[in-house]
Amino acid sequence: MADLKTTIGGLTMKNPVMTASGTFGYGVEFADFVNLEDIGGIIVKGTTLLPREGNDYPRMVETASGMLNCVGLQNKGVDYFCEHIYPEIKDIKTNMIVNVSGSSLEDYAECAARVNELEHIPAIELNISCPNVKQGGMAFGVTTEGAAAVVKAVRKVYDKTLIVKLSPNVTSIADIALAVQDAGADAVSLINTLMGMVIDIEKRKPVLSIATGGMSGPAVKPVAVRCVWQVAKAVNIPVVGLGGIMNAKDAIEFFLAGASAIEIGTANFIDPSVTVKVAQGINEWLDQHGCKSVSEIVGQLNA
Amino acid sequence: MKKYVKDLSVKAVEFPHELYVLLKLTDKEPLPETVPGQFVEVKVEGSPATFLRRPISINYVDREANELWLLIKKVGEGTHKLAELKVGDTLNLVFPLGNGFSPVQKKGEKVLLFGGGVGVAPLLDYGKYLKEHGAEPVFLLGARSKSDLLEQDLFRAIAPVYVTTEDGSEGEKGFVTQHTLLNIEKFDRISVCGPKPMMVSVARYAKATNTPCEVSLENMMACGLGACLCCVEKTVKGNVCVCKEGPVFDINDLTWEV
Repeated sequence: MADLKTTIGGLTMKNPVMTASGTFGYGVEFADFVNLEDIGGIIVKGTTLLPREGNDYPRMVETASGMLNCVGLQNKGVDYFCEHIYPEIKDIKTNMIVNVSGSSLEDYAECAARVNELEHIPAIELNISCPNVKQGGMAFGVTTEGAAAVVKAVRKVYDKTLIVKLSPNVTSIADIALAVQDAGADAVSLINTLMGMVIDIEKRKPVLSIATGGMSGPAVKPVAVRCVWQVAKAVNIPVVGLGGIMNAKDAIEFFLAGASAIEIGTANFIDPSVTVKVAQGINEWLDQHGCKSVSEIVGQLNA
Repeated sequence: MKKYVKDLSVKAVEFPHELYVLLKLTDKEPLPETVPGQFVEVKVEGSPATFLRRPISINYVDREANELWLLIKKVGEGTHKLAELKVGDTLNLVFPLGNGFSPVQKKGEKVLLFGGGVGVAPLLDYGKYLKEHGAEPVFLLGARSKSDLLEQDLFRAIAPVYVTTEDGSEGEKGFVTQHTLLNIEKFDRISVCGPKPMMVSVARYAKATNTPCEVSLENMMACGLGACLCCVEKTVKGNVCVCKEGPVFDINDLTWEV
């Protein structure tokens, strides 16, 4: 049994497997399929200061080995989360992490400050990379200045572990990562979805209601591995890797590229019990390869 | 109701029509409890274009034979792959999902079940349930043509069946909402599953006659569990997941113009 314990900033996780925001609800939706406490960290649905209805239907289209979505951060707002959802999830014995999004620096900071008060939420993942909302989201995440400004504003009011989720829709993701590290992030997670588009050729119209959406699934994995590799070389804070992970071997690729932990997203739609299978599979792979811990393979590519 | 991810085995594969396949699935253990109108998400193996699971409504559950039936229309690559399954193959299901149709409200209530195309599928299981629980279901089924009518013998074994076809090759010519039955009989409530234009027109009939009406929707889905928020329908309570809050909705909760 290899040691799967993983540390991200102030977070200690029993294994390096987390769930990607927006693919695992609030965790409870999957309780029939997995023991939630066997997952290292559960990152719940993106939360904003005010309620958001999200974009119109259709919000999803399947692509070759992947999918696009343009949900648009539908959620009932941070007050509803604190009053109604937090009490339901606070006793789940794993790291329950809230993904925080916003459309202004003030929104981000106020939302983060509210979550900071919740005893059983040890970390937030700051979403500066959502491609599906007109204002905010990715608008902050595509420049070093914008990214740094959000992180600074949140860092002032948030004193627990701050993970910043990065967009791959940029010229240099390593530069953005460095900017958020310098602004006070404890870790970065990447990649958020890749912006894409599908057209219905008979109607001559985009399939998705807002024309574009974020691409996820195994088709994006090589892009994600490349981004993690570039970022891990550039920063000295932990990197959380995600993008198309379907099984333990995919996860190992991310560790070798430099990720200390991984998130599983779209794969939850195919197999709602995939998270614990990946955690078990990582352990088996490490045992088979004579590795005593997951941390010893992080970034260990042969030259 | 507890949900499962399970490999079921294919016990029979039938082709009621060139465009449809009926899969009869079974398991060594007794099949989980399900409610009529719920659906399953099946995993389609073997092509990159069928990456996501496919939501399929439960056509029928035969407890004695321990069978769960899926009546599937071959539309795209995924459903064509499902039609290639052979007896003895396994099919991975996440189920049961969604809310299902309403339970019996009172003994002897007359429930009109409108079905169109492959939308007739969940009405077989629901009709059987209603009959067994003291209600009086009546089926009013629509299709393009006589050969598109599915499982007619099975429907007739449960309750009276009225039919419309667009070409007049069986039953009355026209759409279900034009059937003369509607001029002579009154019903306590209506359930409908079929193409959206048909459901909208049934909803109009229901409003006009002050009859409670529920519809079963089939928006494009990913997770099936209410987690990804992709399959939302606009309702009076905002955007809600068809996979979790539905697929069955009271028409008064929808924002359709009827």
